[in-house]
Amino acid sequence: MDQVTVSVDHHDPFATPGALTPTGARPIVRAVDLQKFYGANHVLKGVTLEVFPRETICLIGKSGSGKSTLLRCINFLEEPTVGFIEVDGLRVGADPLHARNRAHQEQIRQIRLRAQMVFQEFNLFPHMKVIDNLIEGPIRVKGQSRDQAIATAERYLAKVGLAEKRDEYPGRLSGGQKQRVAIARALTMEPKVLLFDEPTSALDPTLVGEVINVMEELAHEGATMIVVTHEMAFAREAADRVYFIEGGQFAEVGPPEQVIESPQDPRTREFLARTFGKAHVPG
Amino acid sequence: MAMGVGGPGLAGRTSTEDAFGLARPEVIVAEIAASRARAGFRFRVIFLLTWLVLVGGLVIALAQSGKVDPTFIGKWGPFIIQGIPVTIFVSLCSIVLAVAFALFGALGRLSRNPPIYAVATLYVSMVRGTPLIVQIIFIYLALPQFGIVLDPLPSGILALSFNYGAYLTEIFRAGVEAIPRGQREAAQALGMQERSIMRRVILPQAIRIVTPAIGNDFISMTKDSALVSYVTIQEVFWRANNAGTQTFRNFEALMIAAAVYWAMTIVFSLAQERLEKRMAESDVRV
Repeated sequence: MDQVTVSVDHHDPFATPGALTPTGARPIVRAVDLQKFYGANHVLKGVTLEVFPRETICLIGKSGSGKSTLLRCINFLEEPTVGFIEVDGLRVGADPLHARNRAHQEQIRQIRLRAQMVFQEFNLFPHMKVIDNLIEGPIRVKGQSRDQAIATAERYLAKVGLAEKRDEYPGRLSGGQKQRVAIARALTMEPKVLLFDEPTSALDPTLVGEVINVMEELAHEGATMIVVTHEMAFAREAADRVYFIEGGQFAEVGPPEQVIESPQDPRTREFLARTFGKAHVPG
Repeated sequence: MAMGVGGPGLAGRTSTEDAFGLARPEVIVAEIAASRARAGFRFRVIFLLTWLVLVGGLVIALAQSGKVDPTFIGKWGPFIIQGIPVTIFVSLCSIVLAVAFALFGALGRLSRNPPIYAVATLYVSMVRGTPLIVQIIFIYLALPQFGIVLDPLPSGILALSFNYGAYLTEIFRAGVEAIPRGQREAAQALGMQERSIMRRVILPQAIRIVTPAIGNDFISMTKDSALVSYVTIQEVFWRANNAGTQTFRNFEALMIAAAVYWAMTIVFSLAQERLEKRMAESDVRV
């Protein structure tokens, strides 16, 4: 199989299955040699990432380093310029010249069903009640019956602790509640992997905790997650591996104890020093 | 003299003053509210009085001039007023049809398909590039040359809606483009197809944004509908015009028509204001 060849050639040099991963597991998400140009601006310079089932991966780095672009390439909200994505055995290559081609779009849709995203700005549908936000995907996309979708939605809504907000409009929820609803919406699609794009960056500091709690619970239950975040406490607590991105490439990768507690690369050190302020003494 | 903390003693205090002889905050707050209410009331009274003086003065001056026939109102007023249902019917039908035109027009203007985009753009360009009155008469008088004969009412409604549809097309397009990109992305990320994204996520929100504009256009439409009198639809202006020319009392007839349009505009504007207020207060934030 050419898949094996490619996987040898492009194997993520940093990928070591986390503690929860059974030995011999195959990665559930692979992003291989991803490159992204915006015009002449080279944003991603060939990154390869493998995530194993039940792992939580954190992508950290300065704004503009390419971490969100990488995440958005995984579910093709950005069409990569070069490289391919594989989620749960479905491989879709970058096809920037035919990005709107019908067959390619259908493949992308299949990737998205497997990799659900939680956005920084929540992006709940404001004209739908919470419950309708949650059943829209299962009914329209997965073809579930309304009753079935509502049952699933109520289960996940309870999981994020918002069962009583079932019939509210998103406009009446706090930012933290909105983000928890957004997480529940992603969960109702029962994806193979959850993608989080700075899920707490738009939140009032006092509301970050409730979202982080939900995410940590998911991580500990064995959800596969790729998280772009500035919350180092979350990365330290929940991540199996932390990827530090700088200038569109991985500068340092390893378990959080290494990357966050005792970074080897001077660029990582500088970034962490800025993030934590002067109080932080690495290592 | 229990609480003499640097201020005057208990004896010198009234209930509206605190220990320092200053007014209590709740008293000040109440006074501010009362003075605002008084100012607001005064404003409204003077506003109404000014209108009364201007409009009333005009009416009295006309009545005194001896050049206006007061019996005209009794004789021809009902005839003109009977045009109101026609005017409203034409306007309502036209705005509904215009919204349909605009919906397709906007989807065309947002399309990436070159011919569809071209057709929609041609529609907007042609309609906005020619006068409404020309379009109305064209449909009624020019199309029959090609065997397309429409009755006055369908002609008028078609012309008005075709015209307003083009202007609304651009408003709808702007409404769709005003929906934050994240809404489309969230729907895409769920795996929704382009068609459902439009129908389920984008359009319902865009319609909320453009509803006030539709209301405004409806109000304009009630007045522009006077133009369909040219194709002999017997709405308010047609009736006023005919009554006026038959009796050589154009001034009286047109004054009645003007008053009717004005009154309709005021009523619809108030309704529009209430609708907008209700939408602003709703839970649904776009």
